[in-house]
Amino acid sequence: MAIVNLAVNNPLPMQVVPPDWPGGYWWHWLFFTVVIIAFMLIMVMGAIYIERRGMGRMQSRLGPNRTGPFGLLQPVADAVKVLLKENIVPTSADKVIHWLAPVIAFAPVLMIFAVLPFQNGALLADLNIGILYVVAISSIATVGVFMAGWGSGNKYSLLGAMRNVAAVVSYEIPMVLSIIGVVLMAGSLSMNQIVVKQDIPFILLQPLGFFLFFIAACAEINRSPFDLMEADSELVAGFHTEYSGMKFAMFYLVEYAEAIAMSAIITTLFLSGWRGPWLPPWLWFILKTFVVFFVMVWTRTTLPRVRIDQLMALAWKFLFPLALINLFITAIQVLVWPDALPWILIIINIAVMAILIVLWSKFFKLGWGRIEV
Amino acid sequence: MTTTGELTLKTEPFVLNIGPMHPSTHGVYRMRVTLDGEVVIDIEPIFGYLHRGIEKLAEERTYTGFIPLTDRLDYMSAMSNNLGYCLAVEKLAGIKVPERAEYLRVIIAELQRIANHCIAVGAMLNDAGAYFTPFLYLFREREKIYDLFEMLCGQRLTYNYMRIGGVSQDIPEEFLPALEKFNKKLHNVINEYEFFLKQNEVLLARAKGVGILPKETAINCGISGPVARASGIKWDLRKNDPYSIYDRFEFDIPTCETGDCYDRYRVRIEEMSQSLRIIEQAMKQVPDGPVKADVPHLIRPPAGDAYAHIEAPKGELGYYIVSDNSIAPYRCHVRPTSLINLTALREMVKGWKVADLIIIFGSIDITMGEVDR
Repeated sequence: MAIVNLAVNNPLPMQVVPPDWPGGYWWHWLFFTVVIIAFMLIMVMGAIYIERRGMGRMQSRLGPNRTGPFGLLQPVADAVKVLLKENIVPTSADKVIHWLAPVIAFAPVLMIFAVLPFQNGALLADLNIGILYVVAISSIATVGVFMAGWGSGNKYSLLGAMRNVAAVVSYEIPMVLSIIGVVLMAGSLSMNQIVVKQDIPFILLQPLGFFLFFIAACAEINRSPFDLMEADSELVAGFHTEYSGMKFAMFYLVEYAEAIAMSAIITTLFLSGWRGPWLPPWLWFILKTFVVFFVMVWTRTTLPRVRIDQLMALAWKFLFPLALINLFITAIQVLVWPDALPWILIIINIAVMAILIVLWSKFFKLGWGRIEV
Repeated sequence: MTTTGELTLKTEPFVLNIGPMHPSTHGVYRMRVTLDGEVVIDIEPIFGYLHRGIEKLAEERTYTGFIPLTDRLDYMSAMSNNLGYCLAVEKLAGIKVPERAEYLRVIIAELQRIANHCIAVGAMLNDAGAYFTPFLYLFREREKIYDLFEMLCGQRLTYNYMRIGGVSQDIPEEFLPALEKFNKKLHNVINEYEFFLKQNEVLLARAKGVGILPKETAINCGISGPVARASGIKWDLRKNDPYSIYDRFEFDIPTCETGDCYDRYRVRIEEMSQSLRIIEQAMKQVPDGPVKADVPHLIRPPAGDAYAHIEAPKGELGYYIVSDNSIAPYRCHVRPTSLINLTALREMVKGWKVADLIIIFGSIDITMGEVDR
């Protein structure tokens, strides 16, 4: 069975994709850099449109529909509005850090797209450690968020930033552990190879992994119900309370770019990336990304927010043990039973997921969290 | 203190100002919160930002002329405020209200209760972080109630509909059929809310066992309304001291035992069904006849004083009026439900997190217009 190969059986070339552009490396890099920036900005606009209109429909209202046909130009209107706003820096702010924070938060999100394959081999750099690179880079955005919280000189911002750091540090672990399940199945760390190996989407072979990764990803990029760092009903706007004008727009952009990047990673790891019948591969990639993003919007409109201690408890008491068990089961399946028929594995894994989730949720009780003062 | 005692790192509590400009203070309420990290150690409520001197203004107006100002007290349930004031003046002047007007008053007061609880539940869930979805779904029903009120008096928020000795004008022909249609729909809608919210995992985690108000504290603080009933106090003025014609209807007083945020939410949803029951009974019995007793615009009640209280949506709403046989009250005092219900807030939030502070505050359901007057 091709899908469950071990890495040792399938050694990969240790270099990036050889340049097949006239002019070599540099044209390839220039082309993909431009493509990635344009792609990300357009995807963010699409994401904003989907979020605002989709949320409108789900909340029994219309959503923005005055700008252009069906309100399609709403993201443009938002961008223009925010560009014209005054840029206010609070007097108590640490000016340098306050200024630098949006930049530091924005850059790593852009860098994630470097290893995401738009179609077979079409990516900036096919790193053989692709997914490791993604995990490493995506954490850097937290530094920017914490700088924003600290540099604003505002207590709301600081609380939001501290919450974010705590959440990201905790949720990295179940996230990485659930990625390892995929890596074991694919036998490679390269994003392109992972897609190539997905004759059957890994969401079926790794349902628990997908579930854990999705939750951890939502917490990592602060989508609801884990949007504690900007918790509008508690912390006003969290870490970007004191930001205005274009600097606020940068954070706004980061928020959606992170959501899109995470959707794209989920697409690549679990939904067989660019693969699919009839349509061109890049279109499949974009469609799947938007579907994942839509599910994020859906959860945002559906669920209330959890509390910070519940968030941490979920990471350490629920996701972390389940991710370990998932890794263990996957390892056994890959090692002991490499030639199993996929449909047997699908049934086993889905059953295991259902049983584990039901059993583990029994450990949670309600009404705790008070501290005697 | 458990949070800092075990750590070698020395930390100290800090003060956070929540409000008067904050998304979740339901107006211009301000809390000076002392926090130890995320844990609330102490809060100090500060209000008066919306003080308009309404009680003093009553002394400058005629008895009828004060009715529009009662709308501005608790603008989420303006009809109930009208009713409470009119009852007090009628008691003072010994005016008999016609039957038809009594029935209309009951129907309207119960509709107002449903509208108010829609806001209360929606706003509480919004404070819990459910990004506007339950809020807007509940608003949808409230809008329909406001459509009905608009039929009565042409206004949607501040009605000025009740008069001393009845109501200002008879209902239009299409009112009762429209009300019947609305009743049928509301049954389904309440079931819909129950389906989505009653067993919602995140809502349970956030609200169950959080912000418990013990029975004794509730009694000692003089708390009334749904907040008291959630703590297990079976106290409803419609049963305990029937005013108007409430003794003619059959309905239950929903109570809960624990007195946490979830119970307060449950009591409100149950009360909506009970109000519906009263409306259905009253609708069938509305007699023909005049809707206003023969009372002149300028009345001079005999010297003396009177206190009338009603079960407003938020609790016991009382009006104390002293007359010196002139055209204006000598003194008019309002027993504000919201302000007195707020007195237990400090006991309820101590030891919980910032996020709990917001949801506990939201579950009390206050209107700043009534707190500050």
